[in-house]
Amino acid sequence: MKQEKGRIAIFTGHFGSGKTELAINYSIKLARQGQAVTVVDLDIVNPFFRSSEVRDVLEKEGIRLLSPNFVGTTVDVPSLPPEIYSVFQSKNDKVVFDVGGDDIGATALGRYYPYFMQEPYRMFFVVNVRRPLSSAPEQIIEMLKAVESRSRLKVTDLINNTNLMYETNLNHLLEGQMIVEQVAEKLNIPIAYISGVTDVIDKLPEKYSSKGFPIDIYLHPPWDRKDEV
Amino acid sequence: MSKVLMKGNEAIAEAAIQAGCRYFFGYPITPQNEIPAYMAKRLPEVGGCFIQAESEVSAINMVYGAAGAGARVMTSSSSPGISLKQEGLSYIAGAELPCVVVNMVRGGPGLGGIQPAQSDYFQATKGGGHGDYHLVVLAPSTIQEAVDLVMEGFDIADQYRNPVMILGDGMLGQMMEPVEFRPLSSKRELPPKTWATTGYTGDRPRNIINSLYIDPQVLEEHVKKIYQKYEEIKKNEVKVECYNCEDAEIIVAAYGTTARIVKSVIQKAKQEGINVGLIRPITLWPFPTSTFEEWAQREHIKAFMAVEMSMGQMVEDVRLSVNGKKPVFFYGRTGGMVPEPNAILAEIKKVIGGVLR
Repeated sequence: MKQEKGRIAIFTGHFGSGKTELAINYSIKLARQGQAVTVVDLDIVNPFFRSSEVRDVLEKEGIRLLSPNFVGTTVDVPSLPPEIYSVFQSKNDKVVFDVGGDDIGATALGRYYPYFMQEPYRMFFVVNVRRPLSSAPEQIIEMLKAVESRSRLKVTDLINNTNLMYETNLNHLLEGQMIVEQVAEKLNIPIAYISGVTDVIDKLPEKYSSKGFPIDIYLHPPWDRKDEV
Repeated sequence: MSKVLMKGNEAIAEAAIQAGCRYFFGYPITPQNEIPAYMAKRLPEVGGCFIQAESEVSAINMVYGAAGAGARVMTSSSSPGISLKQEGLSYIAGAELPCVVVNMVRGGPGLGGIQPAQSDYFQATKGGGHGDYHLVVLAPSTIQEAVDLVMEGFDIADQYRNPVMILGDGMLGQMMEPVEFRPLSSKRELPPKTWATTGYTGDRPRNIINSLYIDPQVLEEHVKKIYQKYEEIKKNEVKVECYNCEDAEIIVAAYGTTARIVKSVIQKAKQEGINVGLIRPITLWPFPTSTFEEWAQREHIKAFMAVEMSMGQMVEDVRLSVNGKKPVFFYGRTGGMVPEPNAILAEIKKVIGGVLR
C-alpha cells in the first residue's frame, strides 16, 4: 500500500462483503507506516464478527478503537459514543470508519455528514461477487447508490474483494474483477484495490499487481483461533 | 450451481426457498434477523409471500394456517421468540401439520442475551409446548449442513406431517462459509396432501384442520396414532456422526457449533497423546441412543463427557443412553459464553486422570 493521502477512509459495501477485515488490515498497514490511526467501529447491523472483537490486536499496533456503546454485551442497542466526534477534531490522525453492511448500515454515517463535508474523504465500496445479491453489476450499482443516498456521501473507490474464504483461488478473484470493472466503467469510479489472502494476491497477473492488497484474516470462529494453540 | 459465500442465516433462508418454501411469517429478534430480512427480499421474486407479523404468536398461527392449506412454510426466531411460539407449535403438532421452524439460540433464561447458546435443548426436544408431542429436531454444525438439513427438513415434515425444528445458535447464524445448493441425495416418496384445506368443491369430504378432541377416548386414540408415527421417525430418521471414536479413551458428546470446537480439541489432544472421540448427534430428537449404547459397551472407552453451551441439558440424554455402563461427565459454558478449546481439553484431562486412577 502506497502512502495514503487523505485523512479519512470509510469502508462500505454489501452486508458480508469483507469491509471489516479490510478496515482492520488497512488500519494496521497505516499504523505500520508510522501513522496515528483511529478505527471507528460504526457497525450497527452485526451482533458479532466485528472489528471491536480484535481490540487487543489493534491496540498492540497502537491503534485507537472507538466502538458503539454496549458492543459485545448482551444488549443490541445501536448507540454510538460521543467520542466519535473527536476524530473530526484532531487533524493529524488517520481515521478508518468500519461501517455496517448495506444501505441500512450506511445510515449510521448520516449523522456525521456536516463533518465529512469539511475535509476530503475516501469512501471505499467493497465488493465480493460471490455473495448473494451482489453477483451482477446492476445489483452492485443498486446497492452502491443506496449506500450513497443513505450516507449522503459519494463512493470514491471500489475494492474487488471476491472470495470464498478458505476455498478462494485466483479464478474467483479474476472473475470478480470482470464484474467490478463493469461497475467501475459504468459509474466512472476507479478500482483502488484487489484484495485477498497473500497466497492468492501473489499470483495476480502483472497488469493487476499494482492494485494487489494482501490481507491477513483477523476474525475467526472459536474453533480456529490461532492464539488458542 | 457454483459456490457462494453466505452467512448461516442467509443460507438457511435460501435453502428454504430452494426447497419450495413460499411463505414466511416472522417477527425480528437478534441473532437471526438475516433470515426474515433475506426472505423479505427474495420471496416476492419467486412468487411467495413474506409477512412480518405483529408478534411471534401471530407469526406461528399464520404458519399454522399456511401449513393447513398444504403450503411449504417456515418461521424463524431466537430463544425468547421461540418460547412465545410454543402454544402454536403444540397446536401444529396436534393437528399434524408440516412446517419448518428455525431457532437460532441465544443465551437465556428470560430476555437473556444475544450471544450464542444451546440452552434451548430441553425446550426443543422434550416438548416445549403442552401435551404429548415431539418436534423432529435437526442440529447442523456447518452452514453447508444447515442448508442440506433445511431442505431435507421440509421433506421430513411433509412425510410425517409433523413440525421440524432447525436448532442452531447465534454463531452458526452469524458466521460465513462457502456453500452450495444441491439437490438432496435421497429422494423421498412424499404422500399427497389430501388433508389440506384447499377449498371445498364438493368432490371430496370437507377437510378440517383441528387439534380439539372433546371425547377423551378419541383424543387418546389420536395421541397414540401420533406416537406410532414417532416410532417410525425414531426408526428411520436418526442422524449421527462418530469422529475419531475407534481408538478413543473418552468420548465427548457435542452438537452444532460446540461439536466444531470439540473437533479442534481432538486435534490438540492427539498432539499430547490423548485419544478423544466425538459423537455428534445431528438429530437431537430422535436422539441417537443406540450409538451411545454401542460405544458404551466398548472396553477402550473409559468415560463420556457432554460439552454444551448450557448448564447441562443434552447430558441427560447421554446418561440415559449410556445407561450406567460408563461414567458421564459434563462441561459447559452458558449465557452466551462459548467454551474455549483449551478449557475443554483441561476438563478432558481432569476426567481421564480421575477415571484411570
